Amino acid sequence: MSPGIPAPDRTAFDPGAAATAATEAILRDTLHGDRRGVVVDSPPGAGKSTLVVRAARELAAAGRPLMIVAQTNAQVDDLVLRLAEKDPELPVGRLHSSEPGAYDPALEEVPSVRTAAKVADLKGLPIVVATAAKWAYTKVDEPWPHAIVDEAYQMRSDALLTVAGLFERALFVGDPGQLDPFSVVGADQWAGLSYDPSASAVSTLLAHNPDLPQHRLPVSWRLPASAAPLVSHAFYPYTPFRSGTGYGDRRLTLGVPSDGSAVDRVVDEAAETGWGLLELPDRRTPRTDPEAVHAVALVVRRLLDRGGATVSERGPDPAPLTADRIAVGTAHRDQAAAVRAALAGLGVTGVAVDTANRLQGREFDVTVVLHPLSGRPDATAFHLETGRLCVLASRHRHACIVVCREGVAQLLDEHPSTEPVQLGVTVKFPDGWEANHAVLAHLAEHRVPWRP
Amino acid sequence: MSLIDVLARMEAVAAGRATPLATVRHRHLAARPLVFVPLTTAGETGAPLGALVGTDREKPLLLTVPQPRDRDLRFAFFAELADAVLPYVDSFADDVEPAERKETDPETGKRVTVETELCAEAPQMLVPSAAGVEFVRLLGRSMRFRRTAEQDPDTPYPAPPRVPLLGRWLTHLGERARVPGSSLLLPMTGLLSRHWATGQSSAEDQHLGALLAWIDPPEGESGQDAALRAETARDAAGQLRCPPAGPATDPAFDNGLLAPAIARYDAGLPGAREEFDALVAGVLRPTWDAVWRAVDLLRALPEGSRVPDRWRRDRWSYTAHRDRVRAGEPPQPRLDDAVTAAQKLASRETAQAQLDAQEALDDPLVMAGRRLTGEAMEGEVTEVEMAMSEGKRPMPRPLVTLRTGDRPQLEERAKLYRPLDGGRTQTAEFVAYVPEQPGTLVVRLTGGMGRGKTPEPGSVPAKGDRVCWTLFEHAPRGGPELPAPEDTPWTHGGPPPGSGAGGAAPAQTALPAPAPLPDPDPVTAEDFL
Repeated sequence: MSPGIPAPDRTAFDPGAAATAATEAILRDTLHGDRRGVVVDSPPGAGKSTLVVRAARELAAAGRPLMIVAQTNAQVDDLVLRLAEKDPELPVGRLHSSEPGAYDPALEEVPSVRTAAKVADLKGLPIVVATAAKWAYTKVDEPWPHAIVDEAYQMRSDALLTVAGLFERALFVGDPGQLDPFSVVGADQWAGLSYDPSASAVSTLLAHNPDLPQHRLPVSWRLPASAAPLVSHAFYPYTPFRSGTGYGDRRLTLGVPSDGSAVDRVVDEAAETGWGLLELPDRRTPRTDPEAVHAVALVVRRLLDRGGATVSERGPDPAPLTADRIAVGTAHRDQAAAVRAALAGLGVTGVAVDTANRLQGREFDVTVVLHPLSGRPDATAFHLETGRLCVLASRHRHACIVVCREGVAQLLDEHPSTEPVQLGVTVKFPDGWEANHAVLAHLAEHRVPWRP
Repeated sequence: MSLIDVLARMEAVAAGRATPLATVRHRHLAARPLVFVPLTTAGETGAPLGALVGTDREKPLLLTVPQPRDRDLRFAFFAELADAVLPYVDSFADDVEPAERKETDPETGKRVTVETELCAEAPQMLVPSAAGVEFVRLLGRSMRFRRTAEQDPDTPYPAPPRVPLLGRWLTHLGERARVPGSSLLLPMTGLLSRHWATGQSSAEDQHLGALLAWIDPPEGESGQDAALRAETARDAAGQLRCPPAGPATDPAFDNGLLAPAIARYDAGLPGAREEFDALVAGVLRPTWDAVWRAVDLLRALPEGSRVPDRWRRDRWSYTAHRDRVRAGEPPQPRLDDAVTAAQKLASRETAQAQLDAQEALDDPLVMAGRRLTGEAMEGEVTEVEMAMSEGKRPMPRPLVTLRTGDRPQLEERAKLYRPLDGGRTQTAEFVAYVPEQPGTLVVRLTGGMGRGKTPEPGSVPAKGDRVCWTLFEHAPRGGPELPAPEDTPWTHGGPPPGSGAGGAAPAQTALPAPAPLPDPDPVTAEDFL
């Protein structure tokens, strides 16, 4: 975990020291605490994966066999590769489903990694990693002494119920600001119960074990100084965090000057300030709004065409802004499909285009976001969900450009939250309405209107 | 709302009558359903005013509570309701057929097949609206914990015999109704709006009269006008011509007719009871007739081919509850424990996925909606190329080229499914789009061709065939097994009290015991005021 170059004007706050202190406290409770669980809240890009890798290695070094629970196969593969990279000597087991292509073939190349579809084949390994879904089908005679549950806020309470018998104590790590788990069928009948199966694993865990030690990672290494204050203020108002880098530590430069178009101006604005809002005229549109989709694709095209380069604390030399460092985020899958088609039409390949759900946990230099409320006639709970906007607004290291139709502020005012208040359910702050307004107010300062 | 539903609603507005959303009936309709039309009293939760109940559309049984706040009258109503409903529910209990069920052997822990019996038919209760389903649940909740003098001679206010049993059955129906695709208890508005789209909002569709006006408007009148009339038309006395389907009543009825009728009953005027009965029957009867009219409309649709499969699960559900009642088990608890809640949620999610798949496979109109959202594709086979898999035992893996006008959301190696004859499903995977030929793509068949080196006849589509592949599974499986309630882990509060494990010894004594939960709602002096 490299703290980066401390900015001269930030002598009062040393992000590196603050992060180290938090990590030490977490490891102390995990390795030497007397509680069965430790909960760690991590804002976007605060080094959650680094923490998981470090805790796993220290537990393994202490001779405590460890199981790691992640939520998706991609997350599991990523963790296994990180573990192998950090410590090529440490044997790691990758438990996977028996379906073909269940894991990243790159794992086959790593000598310290053993893959198996049956847990018996991984017996004796210090660390075994699998998805919650795979662990749920696993039976063991002796529970593991220790577990790490990654992305615990995205795990559903009933998923934890199926795996909690496999371990005696656990470190729960996750980001409370991202998307909550959901169910396709109604679960209102259990709302307010401490073990509501559709709630997040952490809320059930803490409801039953309120005295567990809770920690927080205080520094976002991903978000630039331009983004951390807004994301912290809009989505984590009671648990603020700082960026690990200062203003000026990161720069996005463009080799080709602007052609004066709105698209180029919004790219310039984002390069300069870290944020840009390309605002299309107010209009009610279908979800796959062709104009907005085209605008998103055009912004990506221009980002690539104008020879972007990024400078960051990672090195003195500028790195070219290539397609794999750009992502497009949408609310719906059909929007993502439409953007992919539009990008293909402009000859762009290699840019990640996905929904907020699937972009969770990923990191890019520049993100282009199709605003979830753009062109909508109504603001439903889905589109207002705080986590959705938080994920979309916190994937970038340098800049985020939002494409949106005018009139979202009015739309929000016409659709105040009307969800019924359920007894016994902790009200989440901020609500999506509030968070959306906070982000909009900030974006308004970086607005570039466009009349296609 | 999906795009195809929006389109159907717009067409309904333009045409002035409801548009079909389905070409077949997607829910089971029993040959002899029990229709239950309840009314409740405003301002007092769970105080029935009256009900029409029965299986004969010409001869509904009228039950009323002339003073809804009188608990004795209320329980007399419940007793009469039990006499009307329980014989119907019990009438299916003894007509059984042999069946097999998978069970976990308590000794070996293995899944074994056991011979058992399954009721050949099951009861079906129809209520007018979703609020009626909620009311059935409420009635079940208010009855199932009551004790009869027979069960407990010391109970202070014994319930009439069979009332607690009715409560248990109503609770069972109400819980089962939460399972997607189940048909033991159905709201008529929900049933109709599954099969027809109207030109009004889904909130307005909760009005059975207005919904029927859109689906089957009177000769020469548009659905919109008829629906407006159903919602608002009043007679000279200010009463709605089409009373709401309940269980809530119209305030004008409450104030203008009901309150005076109750007052006359309270005053003990001669004939007041008969007047009250006639009054309540008068507002119940239109809804009763509307429910039966809706039954006729739905019977006109042919049943979907996979509906009996779902009804079979309802029969299992009925059989299982019959067994619990016969075994003398206590009534359903007030709250589910952690494991039961997770179990129910998992089974409902599976049921939802199965329902979505089965409805699409049963009905081209539903499949069209899935194709529109990119979850399925239909097209013509333009080429079939034989290929074999690699490995020790090469198996046929034919490559099929499809030309389609649909725009499926295919990812690399996306899994595809196709129904074969005999209810089987053939799996396949997406290979690639054919370059320079928009809408043409290649699919590799990966199963359903038998065990031989050459595919079984009919298992590979031929050039020129029209085929439909879905991106969703046809028979999605349930989730993993959950721990037994007595093994509830520490993260979920440990075993619930009374689950048999009590304070089972924790795995390691060094670990602190989980924090005990506070007692649920302790009894205080105020409870006896």
